[in-house]
Amino acid sequence: MTVTQPQPVGPVLDTSVAPPGAKKIADIKPDLLLTGEHHMCPGCGEPLALRIYLEAIQELGLAQRTIGVAGIGCYTSFSGTMDVDLVQALHGRAPSVATGVKRMKPEAIVFTLQGDGDMVNEGLQEILHTAARGENVTCILLNNGVFGETGGHMTATTVIGQRTKNSLEGRDAEYHGYPMLIGDLIAQIQGASYVARGSVHNAGAVARTKRMFKRAFESQANNEGFSFVEVLTMCPTGWFIPTGDGPDYLQDTLAEIHVMGELKVDGVVHNTEQLVAENTRKAEEAAAAKARDLADKTGA
Amino acid sequence: MTAVDTRAAAHLMEGSEAIATAAVAAGCRFFAGYPMTPFTEVLENFAKQLPPVGGVCINAESELEAVGMAWGALSTGSRAATGSTGQGLSLMQESFSEITLAELPLVIFNMARGGQDYFQSTRGGGHGDYRHMVLAPMDIAEAAELTQLAFFLADKWRNPVLVYGDYLTAHTQQSVSIEPIDFGPVPDKPWAVNGELNGTGNSRIVSPLGFAKTGHESVGIERHLRRMQAKFAAIEKAEVRVETGYVDDAETIIVAFGTPAKFVRYVVAQLRAEGEKVGFVRPITLWPYPYETIAQVSEGARSVGVFELCGGQMIEDVRLGVLGRAPVVGIGGISTDGSGFGVGPLLDVDIIRERILAIHRGGAQAELPPLPDNERG
Amino acid sequence: MTTSTVTIKSRGSITIDTATCKGCELCITACPPEVLSMSTAVNHLGYHYPQLHPGCTGCSACLFICPDFVFEIFKFDTPTLTEVQVDDSFATTVAAGVGEMNA
Ligand code: SF4
Ligand code: SF4
Ligand code: SF4
Repeated sequence: MTVTQPQPVGPVLDTSVAPPGAKKIADIKPDLLLTGEHHMCPGCGEPLALRIYLEAIQELGLAQRTIGVAGIGCYTSFSGTMDVDLVQALHGRAPSVATGVKRMKPEAIVFTLQGDGDMVNEGLQEILHTAARGENVTCILLNNGVFGETGGHMTATTVIGQRTKNSLEGRDAEYHGYPMLIGDLIAQIQGASYVARGSVHNAGAVARTKRMFKRAFESQANNEGFSFVEVLTMCPTGWFIPTGDGPDYLQDTLAEIHVMGELKVDGVVHNTEQLVAENTRKAEEAAAAKARDLADKTGA
Repeated sequence: MTAVDTRAAAHLMEGSEAIATAAVAAGCRFFAGYPMTPFTEVLENFAKQLPPVGGVCINAESELEAVGMAWGALSTGSRAATGSTGQGLSLMQESFSEITLAELPLVIFNMARGGQDYFQSTRGGGHGDYRHMVLAPMDIAEAAELTQLAFFLADKWRNPVLVYGDYLTAHTQQSVSIEPIDFGPVPDKPWAVNGELNGTGNSRIVSPLGFAKTGHESVGIERHLRRMQAKFAAIEKAEVRVETGYVDDAETIIVAFGTPAKFVRYVVAQLRAEGEKVGFVRPITLWPYPYETIAQVSEGARSVGVFELCGGQMIEDVRLGVLGRAPVVGIGGISTDGSGFGVGPLLDVDIIRERILAIHRGGAQAELPPLPDNERG
Repeated sequence: MTTSTVTIKSRGSITIDTATCKGCELCITACPPEVLSMSTAVNHLGYHYPQLHPGCTGCSACLFICPDFVFEIFKFDTPTLTEVQVDDSFATTVAAGVGEMNA
């Protein structure tokens, strides 16, 4: 897949300083992030999820009562850069650790940050039991269908056909088994009140996912039980593709199987057909908006 | 006028109840565990006792989850504990390693099946350079006291402490009175998470990896691990606890810990009354181990016997203490009841007496009487 | 090829912290009015970085898709206008309202 490069016109503008007479509407990084610098690969999707859940916490006014529990993966490097009290857990164990934190600090907003290898491979039992207990915490899954940190190995969410270092010809159901659709599974659990699967492969998806985070944290603040936000994230390194191809690859492979949308709201499960219809409508809207923007550029 | 006795009245209670009661008296407010004989009743008692004092007891879905939950509770600064049998603790070892490196004051109860978890308790099955203090009560009254001490030591050193009991500790009854014991001040917990400093640049991180938040000095994993070693060395200096009896002129020294030590103590006292020059050493802390005491008492001894209900685990530490000053011989052995959960017929004063006398009379080379078989033969 | 002059409207603008960019180019394709291009120069890490041309709407898409916290977004109360020489294929594309503007 090759991405067609836009061809902007006109001179290169000075973007080293704030433009005079303009008002700032979005900051370079969230207030709850100590630094934007990190050692993630170019084109990685994980920092995008980081930005929006930190912004969501801040915007909901929950910043001074939030405690995070991080698993082990590439995103572990954010443990030191999030300006949020944090417990560094072991691979797979974050939901149990979060349970202990929440039970001793019921007034706190407690979230976990885990990848698919951490949550769906190593710690499947912990996430499912935590959901079933209706533990009033928010678990965040950064799902890229691959062990990024070890260098691109198959996880329990790797989709059929996906090439990894231990599924060289692509994941083959007969040999490697089928991927787990963890969000769909959790949506079926009674203790789960809010379950959503977002993505960060384009700006619209990022904005939608940020709303999902807000709903999840709100549901925790209202003591509604377990909430879960899965975010499909780009891992061009572990997918062995050019960085710029990440968003399209995500859309065409991961998102085909791990269908985006709100899987459960207020205890009501939404089925895959509903989500697919919704996603198609959103994609059409985005294309129309882009065409409007292009036309508007010269329509002074 | 009669003085009012303010001490808690003594009650006849099972060891598991005494342990939970003592833990709650020490301020423990969180417990998570998974039922497993003979530990199950400890969990039951926590489930009964914690909610009325505003605490939480979770019947975890597995041992892995139980220890994880305790990890989270500890991170908030609460006193918290978990436990199981040695089998269940095997499942928790990965977390034990990391909790130790995260310097969290976890208290762990092992109600061991048989008596075969000495290596697990003192060496651990977890990864890396880590150490737990291990307290081995000989009976229920001591278990209640050491349980409270465990919470104190854990906070004092920011290090896990394991209380090593067994079937008899958990399942027999004794008359005990339990009231909070003041062991002295413990350090504050400025590291405990609560979210209040978020966004100020001073938020906290509880990490086993030596991580600090951006803007704060990060010690890094190597220096962190070296600091841990310095702490372990300080604990080794400060926290050895051991009981000795009749050792000054003893020709034969018997070393035993936990429930079997209570039997050994009794038998040694009996033999002394009969004029036999035997003595005993009872390590109360299995780590740090009383190597120095063992070294001193073995100086003039003809032989050192180790009575433990296993194939020979603590004997390695005894040898390290004796360091060739006297021959060291194991006089215990594997002995369980038919279920494998409880203790076997070897834990019997007459049988122990015969075995002590065998080496006392015949020296370390003496042939020991055969081990008794359990009811299943 | 004939050229003509068009006026490009900028309702917003951005700042670009070129030093932290890792050159992934996600912002380039994310920008709806297609006003970002990659530099030919490289930063101290050796990466090309985005540069802004007239026509920004201040939509924040670049900020949302950038993994490396490079952008700040601004809006103008009154849009700024820039006159630009373009070849006719540009005008045709815009008139047709097509999403891609490939030469
Ligand atoms: S390996 Fe994948 S997940 Fe890890 S930093 Fe690189 S792109 Fe991100
Ligand atoms: S704010 Fe929107 S229009 Fe402006 S450069 Fe960024 S993506 Fe393009
Ligand atoms: S998305 Fe960010 S890191 Fe990637 S090229 Fe654009 S500015 Fe650079």
